[in-house]
Amino acid sequence: MKDESYLIRVEDLHKHYRDHTIHALDGVSINIKKGEVVCIIGPSGSGKSTLLRSLNLMEMPSSGHIFVDDVDITDPKIDINLHRQKMGMVFQHFNLFPNMTVQKNMTIAPEKVLKKNPDEAKKQALALLERVGLSDRADAYPDQLSGGQKQRIAIVRALMMEPEVMLFDEPTSALDPEMVGEVLDVMKELAKEGMTMVVVTHEMGFAREVAERIVFMDSGKIIETGTPEEIFESPKSERLQSFLAKVL
Amino acid sequence: MFDRIKADFILNFVESDRWLMILKGVVATLEITSVALVIGVVIGVIIAAVRSTYDKNGEDMKRRGGASYHLLHAANTVCRLYLTVIRGTPTVVQLLIAYFIIFASSNNDILVAMIAFGINSGAYVAEIIRGGIMSIDEGQFEAGRSLGLNYYMTMRYVVVPQVIKNVLPALFNEFIVLIKETSVAGYIGVEDLTKMGDLIRSRTYSAFMPLLAVAAIYLIMVMGLTALDTRLERRLRRNER
Ligand SMILES: Nc1ncnc2c1ncn2[C@@H]1O[C@H](COP(=O)(O)OP(=O)(O)O)[C@@H](O)[C@H]1O
Ligand SMILES: [Mg+2]
Repeated sequence: MKDESYLIRVEDLHKHYRDHTIHALDGVSINIKKGEVVCIIGPSGSGKSTLLRSLNLMEMPSSGHIFVDDVDITDPKIDINLHRQKMGMVFQHFNLFPNMTVQKNMTIAPEKVLKKNPDEAKKQALALLERVGLSDRADAYPDQLSGGQKQRIAIVRALMMEPEVMLFDEPTSALDPEMVGEVLDVMKELAKEGMTMVVVTHEMGFAREVAERIVFMDSGKIIETGTPEEIFESPKSERLQSFLAKVL
Repeated sequence: MFDRIKADFILNFVESDRWLMILKGVVATLEITSVALVIGVVIGVIIAAVRSTYDKNGEDMKRRGGASYHLLHAANTVCRLYLTVIRGTPTVVQLLIAYFIIFASSNNDILVAMIAFGINSGAYVAEIIRGGIMSIDEGQFEAGRSLGLNYYMTMRYVVVPQVIKNVLPALFNEFIVLIKETSVAGYIGVEDLTKMGDLIRSRTYSAFMPLLAVAAIYLIMVMGLTALDTRLERRLRRNER
């Protein structure tokens, strides 16, 4: 079953909540290539977050398989922590650690998990901060930052682990409108550098510009996937058409 | 009038060096409270750790299988039983059971009091700490775990430092509550502050002075601790920066 061309393969994934009463994922299959940028769109409650969070096992799938680098991560014997190191995740609400400085937020995992030398980790953190224009905030605490700054820090914090894939769950939804741009710019940069990205987003402009492929979900299923052109210019399913009519 | 107060004072505190009884009582009260608090914090931390690990990491451990999950499950059940019993029965009854049944062979009443109040306090401390852990946003756990930190690392570096800051005021309050609670130690013959005041009363046949003195001393101790608590909280807040 080895398939070199895909970094992530999701096979018939199901997720139930509360003893089968809520079917958050209802047989989802999707393959993602290395370096690909995939945006997931769809109405609220359609299972976008659940799918994304299944990829790093924040949610345990009820059935189905997820292969990353051809390893089935749904196997109970897998080392979850090792797998998660490969998958950086950025949350809607940033989730920076308020008890640590920006720099410490970034270096804690490399130091404790990868046993990286603290000086080296610090150098790496400062270089990344420089790249997102926040080198002067290294010693600040999260509550001294704006939302846009927090999210940029959250992105580079995840990058510190040198992940193979970056997962974004509505990274700009909690931001004031004037701060959305600065976060999307960092993400665009990342996409340009060839990072594999899976992005749940309501930013249709971003999806159109950056995504190589767009996945439209509704009620736990993938209804339609295609290039931005296919999705936005010639949507086939009625559900996608009515969704786009509402958001565009 | 003034002479009467003076005579009363001399009778209750100066004669037969009765002020020494009060002093001994204060020392006993503080000893029992401090040791009980230490025992309580140790028990409370252990229980909170078991309960939170079960709540937050139990699913994971169950999935991976093995004996550790069953051990955790059993420990969690024991902890819950302990919490239910301790919080569902009066402290005095627990104290009497400890003295007359569990430690019936011991006549070191002050030690029994320390242990009994410690075990009692442990239940409340456990819930304070568990509440502190539960009050931390789930996103903090998720962020830690998503970075590859395991459950224990996430707890140690991310969650616990935030919890400590959140629960210190409540723990301090538990200390204050405990000082007052130990006043029932006399039930098993401990000569704590309350008991000493009562002893003086029974010897001098004058209740006013000794009992008011006892009340005043409790009040001073509690107010002292409250003042300390305020300073501590202010310092904690300053350290946020
Ligand atoms: N922890 C949970 N417990 C119960 N139901 C949940 C939980 N998380 C999500 N759900 C349900 O699963 C469905 C999909 O949710 P989600 O993946 O968050 O949707 P989306 O991200 O597309 O808005 C929704 O009906 C939601 O209410
Ligand atoms: Mg969502």
